[in-house]
Amino acid sequence: MPDTGIGASVKRKEDFRFLTGQGRYTDDINRPGQLHAYFVRSPHAHATIKGVNKTAAEAAEGVVAVFTGADMAADNVGSLPCGWVVNDRHGDPHKAPPHFPLARDKARYVGDHVAVVIAKTYDAARNAGELVEVDYGELPAVAETGKAQDGSAQQLHDEAPNNLCYDWVLGDEAEADAAFAKAHHITKIDLINNRLIPNAMEPRAALGEYDGGTDSFTLYSTSQNPHLLKLILCAFVFGMNENKLRVIAPDVGGGFGSKIFCYAEETVCMWASKKVRAPVKWTADRSESFTSDAHGRDHVTHAELAMDENGKFLGMKVDTTANMGAYLSSFSTSVPTYLYATLLAGQYTTPVIFANVKAVFTNTAPVDAYRGAGRPEATYVVERLVEVAAREMGIDPAEIRRRNFIQPDQFPYQTPVALQYDIGDYEASMSKALEMIDYDGFAARRSASEAKGKLRGIGFSSYIEACGIAPSAVVGSLGAGVGLWESAQVRFNATGSVSVFTGSHSHGQGHETTFSQLVAETLGIPIENVEIVHGDTGSIPMGMGTYGSRSLAVGGSAISRACDKIIEKSRKIAAHLMEASVEDVEFDAGTFRVAGTDKEKSIAEIAFTAYVPHNYPEDVEPGLDETAFYDPLNFTYPAGLHICEVEIDPATGVTEIVDWVAVDDFGKVINPMVVEGQVHGGIAQGVGQALLENCVYDKDSGQLLTGSYMDYCMPRADDLPSFRVGLTETACTHNPLGVKGCGEAGAIAAPAATINAITNALGILSMDMPASPEKVWRLANEPKMAAE
Amino acid sequence: MKMTGQYRIEATKEAVWTALNDVEVLRVCIPGVEEIEKTSDTSFTAKVRAKVGPVSARFAGNVTLSDLDPPNGYTISGEGKGGAAGFAKGGAKVHLEEDGGATLLNYDVDAQVGGKLAQIGSRLIDGTAKKMADDFFSRFAETVSGGAPETEAAAPQEPAHPAAQQKDAVPAESTSAPDADADADVGAGASMGVWVTGILVAVLILVAIFAL
Repeated sequence: MPDTGIGASVKRKEDFRFLTGQGRYTDDINRPGQLHAYFVRSPHAHATIKGVNKTAAEAAEGVVAVFTGADMAADNVGSLPCGWVVNDRHGDPHKAPPHFPLARDKARYVGDHVAVVIAKTYDAARNAGELVEVDYGELPAVAETGKAQDGSAQQLHDEAPNNLCYDWVLGDEAEADAAFAKAHHITKIDLINNRLIPNAMEPRAALGEYDGGTDSFTLYSTSQNPHLLKLILCAFVFGMNENKLRVIAPDVGGGFGSKIFCYAEETVCMWASKKVRAPVKWTADRSESFTSDAHGRDHVTHAELAMDENGKFLGMKVDTTANMGAYLSSFSTSVPTYLYATLLAGQYTTPVIFANVKAVFTNTAPVDAYRGAGRPEATYVVERLVEVAAREMGIDPAEIRRRNFIQPDQFPYQTPVALQYDIGDYEASMSKALEMIDYDGFAARRSASEAKGKLRGIGFSSYIEACGIAPSAVVGSLGAGVGLWESAQVRFNATGSVSVFTGSHSHGQGHETTFSQLVAETLGIPIENVEIVHGDTGSIPMGMGTYGSRSLAVGGSAISRACDKIIEKSRKIAAHLMEASVEDVEFDAGTFRVAGTDKEKSIAEIAFTAYVPHNYPEDVEPGLDETAFYDPLNFTYPAGLHICEVEIDPATGVTEIVDWVAVDDFGKVINPMVVEGQVHGGIAQGVGQALLENCVYDKDSGQLLTGSYMDYCMPRADDLPSFRVGLTETACTHNPLGVKGCGEAGAIAAPAATINAITNALGILSMDMPASPEKVWRLANEPKMAAE
Repeated sequence: MKMTGQYRIEATKEAVWTALNDVEVLRVCIPGVEEIEKTSDTSFTAKVRAKVGPVSARFAGNVTLSDLDPPNGYTISGEGKGGAAGFAKGGAKVHLEEDGGATLLNYDVDAQVGGKLAQIGSRLIDGTAKKMADDFFSRFAETVSGGAPETEAAAPQEPAHPAAQQKDAVPAESTSAPDADADADVGAGASMGVWVTGILVAVLILVAIFAL
């Protein structure tokens, strides 16, 4: 089925409704008698809440209720949990201070939730919000990652002395020291991985509804993982039975990780709907998205790489301080540890790696997973180190990478940082990328740029990521509070169409197309006959949702397994109908045949028979509806090489990305067009981090200074070139589809490639992101500043 | 934010002082001021409507004078709330000095904004505050050096001032803060002139810190 099956660039089925304004998002949903919530947020980064006077707000027109943390405490509403326990270097669990949906005693960041006003209209709620008088006792604030622990910083939580969440290590420090003692050269760098604000196109929204007749709730929410949200709310926050909550995440307009987590607002809307006995709705305005979506990145790192005289890597030491923000978001602890330090081997045979990560609390919004989640930070450390090492050693940047690549015959390859890579071919992506960019022609292109008064540079990023998250036993041993399998239910309808219920969630990835291609090809039915259903815990089997480039590798594998079960059951029915033994019935492209005969039945005929079982095998149940759960055996390891070429105008400091080649190995590809789109989007986000985006808090007051698009610069189409995307393929060895995942690769690879290219153009070793025109201009025009 | 500056007013110190003693002069000259209420000899409240870009909001502030050294200088501190727009607080050191026949008013503002003011306005506040300060001194200098104050104008007005009139008040370009040490502790009972002058500077602060 070349037009719609695996490997075909089928146009996205879901785009019709999106492009014609017929998508259905959380904010599009309205319930009878619905009320609106407005959150009163702290304007202070750190303050005691001495009192809240609600009288005037409660008396305002249209106001139904005003609640504070005390009201939620009275109802025994719990803390928003962090679901991953990281044990520190002494074996003790991370410090887990409570994170109440409405603050109780202190506000700890600008935007922290202090009270909620419920009113008949949003405007009434918002106006009354101005009447809520909060008596704050201002406290000194700390916003800087590197200053959180300097002793003078105000402590945020009694539970976390000196603002330390954990001090965690991976690897053997003594072995690393021994490797460094033998080094011919040691490259050292200091890096800041700049803090980012996710900026999904659709802001977060929630609509909670209580049904008094059944004492149960329905929560509509912008979630990437409705079942996980349901589990957290029921088991940890409210202490209620899971059969009393249905979570529906309809169309979701982008998440990038920020919609994985259990947030205060949805928790409050759900709780309040029972208090006021009416549905309660909240949709973030853009300012609220800036202040209260979980942010990303924010690392301060010192890293060292030891080499022999040939540039062969002998060892690596990495020391990182990671900002957790004011509270621990749902999976925040895992991001700078198990999703970061475990990737520090990169594509290389570095034999010894030691990493020390300190996670700190600051008076800033919580920080959690954002597209790539730990892996962009790791790639940035490794690929900046390697680039600087190449320049210091006088080795070509491609050559130093080649000398250290893990070779194809070394797989499965056990890294010194816990992961075992199953397969890869890094030389293949290197060769292809160098050819596509015409690496040999770079010197001539640089000369041509110089003739125009421009500075030209080229930068590499040989990234690797651990995706297909994740084997439950492995992550469980590392502290995860959940299993990370995925589910799928494949239901043949009586008249031949198929409904697929997946625990994955699509919020831009194109699952409805890719999964349909997979099912259409596997079952041999037209793609139009396949429907993908996701996002409603009332209709889909328990599933873990979408993040970590896992949907196809884990969710797709579950679908594949469920299809296999459908085929096996159908084979028995077909054998009965064709009066043959099961072993003699073959299945190909939607048709069952008795081997060596002309007898055949289509799978649609079998499905009809399963629901109208007038002539049916005695030992087979009616119906054709199978569910499968798939728990991966390992992570998948997408890898590749991105090459960025820039041209800088030294008169203005403006960096233009003039070429970009991305060669990625995602294993088997279902839909090349969807994959290419994911790569494009990922690169755009990575370039955004490298050139434009930067979340800034005032270092003294903790005020968010980049709280709108006037000060927080998102990448636009004219900031980007036409990316040239190439693929290589080594099929994943341990999932039924041979796929690896592609959603995060661009964001992981791009920052290092961009900064490597800019520093190459400027003839310097290091600079911090974002490479704004002002910063680049200074580096281009003030050589003494560049002599780091 | 920090804002330092100096204004030269083409009038004698006495003339400036006299004008500063007239509340109606200030009502006319302060852009966007809606209320000024003295709450003690060294404190007052003010309400100012300020506009930055598309956002207009009313700010209520409390201002206190200290380190009084009439008529040479004082320290002024204030805080205020702009509702959903956030909060602001800060202080300024102010120093008046004679310069030939003219008077130099030096100010050194250190203000901090919070909430939405910081998130959206931090880039705009400096420019807006400078512009509003310029507006004030333009009107004030016109009034002081140009004749009788427009005492009939009881409500705030925002007339368009020809550029020519603004020549009367020349914002100095110096960014170094003037030495405004006001060591003399006069204590309570400051004169009417001092607190009215305080209003002037308070409005500078209000403009600076509430300018959204």
